[in-house]
Amino acid sequence: MSIFDELSTEKVLSLYKRMTLLRRFEEHVYFLFLQGEIPGTVHQYQGQEAVAVGICDHLSHSDWITSTHRPHGHALAKGIKPREALAELYGKATGCCGGKGGSMHLGDPAVGMVPAIAIVGGGNSVVTGMGLAFKLRQTGQVAVCFFGEGATNEGAFHESLNFAAVQHLPIVFVCENNMYGASTAYHKVSLVENVADRARAYGINSEIVDGMDVLAVHKSGGDAISAVRSGKGPILLEYKTYRFVGHSRNDARGYRAKEEEALWKERDPIVRLRNTLIAEAGISEAVFDEIENEVKAELDEATEFARTSPDATPEQALEGVYA
Amino acid sequence: MTETGNNETIHENNFAENKRRLTISEALREAIAEEMRRDPSVFLIGEDIGVKGGFGGAFGVYLGLNEEFGPERIIDTPISEKAIAGAAIGAALMGMRPIADMQYADFLFECMDELVNQAAKMRYMSGGKMSVPMVMRAPVGTTNRGAQHGQCPESYFMHVPGLKVVCVSDAYHAKGILKSAIRDDNPVLVFEHKLLYGSKGRQQAGGFDLTTYVPAEEYLVPLGKAVVKRSGKDVTIIATHISLYRSLAAAEELAAQGIECEVIDPLSLVPLDTETLWQSVRKTGRLVIVHEDTLTGGWGAEIAALAADECHYSLESPIKRVATLDTPLPFAPIMEQAVVPSVERIRSVILSLFE
Repeated sequence: MSIFDELSTEKVLSLYKRMTLLRRFEEHVYFLFLQGEIPGTVHQYQGQEAVAVGICDHLSHSDWITSTHRPHGHALAKGIKPREALAELYGKATGCCGGKGGSMHLGDPAVGMVPAIAIVGGGNSVVTGMGLAFKLRQTGQVAVCFFGEGATNEGAFHESLNFAAVQHLPIVFVCENNMYGASTAYHKVSLVENVADRARAYGINSEIVDGMDVLAVHKSGGDAISAVRSGKGPILLEYKTYRFVGHSRNDARGYRAKEEEALWKERDPIVRLRNTLIAEAGISEAVFDEIENEVKAELDEATEFARTSPDATPEQALEGVYA
Repeated sequence: MTETGNNETIHENNFAENKRRLTISEALREAIAEEMRRDPSVFLIGEDIGVKGGFGGAFGVYLGLNEEFGPERIIDTPISEKAIAGAAIGAALMGMRPIADMQYADFLFECMDELVNQAAKMRYMSGGKMSVPMVMRAPVGTTNRGAQHGQCPESYFMHVPGLKVVCVSDAYHAKGILKSAIRDDNPVLVFEHKLLYGSKGRQQAGGFDLTTYVPAEEYLVPLGKAVVKRSGKDVTIIATHISLYRSLAAAEELAAQGIECEVIDPLSLVPLDTETLWQSVRKTGRLVIVHEDTLTGGWGAEIAALAADECHYSLESPIKRVATLDTPLPFAPIMEQAVVPSVERIRSVILSLFE
């Protein structure tokens, strides 16, 4: 028995490496964005890595996810290669959506991710159909809907949760409660403190979990996905988490107290797991250095790929409107 | 199996007295049942569509289907249009072929986000890797129910690249084109007029028999192929739904005055059979578009703009639109009939082109 309950040290290290990839990818994207290499805007995922990584580790490519306007982490955790994600951010023809999607619509059916839906709550209604298809075909597939606490004040959230409940659909609704919808604090727009409480209103089981602890995410996600896969109906998981960066590119975060940010930074899921691995499993600095080097090499290669890939052509803008 | 938009065939069909004649409701039901038998990925989803002892959808189109296909393939939902549309889209993305149902087309506004932001754009945003093969059926048309149960919102959807828009006006074409829509790999909205479902709307339809010949053997009617309902040399009338029948009634009256109208049912607004339309307009030199949608920004405006572009030098008079006046739909029958296109209004607008 390992110190990580059912998980081997190798598995925990792989979660650590994946979180590191998500973090470094976002830092690198921010740098490239400031350099003017990436057009448009970016909504970044730093701080929330434990959720995407802990959940997606339980999913195969035949399981599907929906994502939001903040999809980089979900895309990488679900298996989209950094080079295809980055090329998409550059608007290149080699991007996972051929340059038609961009930062807010990353997705690829090959790994089980529909183009991320950048309308708040949009994924919540579409995911019901994915679950319905799996149920009708009795395939044992599972759909996971990632959404923020902001989506829970959209009508789509309520209609979809209720419909999924009465149809016993194989869906895990994963709420990443990072406490702010853009600049608006959740407690100012909901008298119900926990999103999980809202699930109970629809007869759905729910759980509140520390979203800054990848092992807790992994455990809760694994249990929920197994239950849903075995036909027990949908579950809602609420992960309390925090984004370390602004909502989008020009956000100076004046609406959040510096003390609050500092408090959450102390709970950085990557630093926490690193400390645990050192203290409990005796992992040496050399191992972490090696992980950093491997991640850096992958991102360097991805950047080279994105930069040198052919641009999408004006003519391609006219393709793919209809099947 | 035949695939036909062939005008001679249709003409023959409409006047075949001794053959199997069906209402639009019956034809749609047959189309759905045939496609569900043929393809296990086809299923129905909507409100009050399969409830035992219920009414088979708001207008009875699904009556009897629950006995054959059961609740697995006829999914009754809560009153949740966003969930209905979202579920159809998600299932279609996963390779199913859902037929979603709106009780009234007015309720489509409840799920505009799903239709416009999701259904229409998923194929494009995915770089052509995914598709949304779904049908959304929606009844249109004013029937003394006031402002929120009678609108004809097809123009909203014609505006959205990625959606296809079908308007059915007779049983033969309704059956064939619904089957094509179900097999289409894109999201298709099928608009049906409430007064045309059965045979009871005959009076409002200018006295026309609302049943048509529907062969027992299987056939498809393609999208993007207009149907010439009446041939004429003097003026082209493009109309859908009940406005099509009122236009035919006006054409009949005008024939007595020596004006020969060519009346065309576009059948689908997206894709639009511009070849058939412009061929007619170039022949007649005059164009009138008639629809029950309101005037401003209605689909008639788009056709008028296209015709001005394509047929300008063939036109002998201004392009005219006859549409519902720019008001919400009033309840009182006397006010309602004052705002929707009547046979008399259609006739007088056409007549004005020859003064």
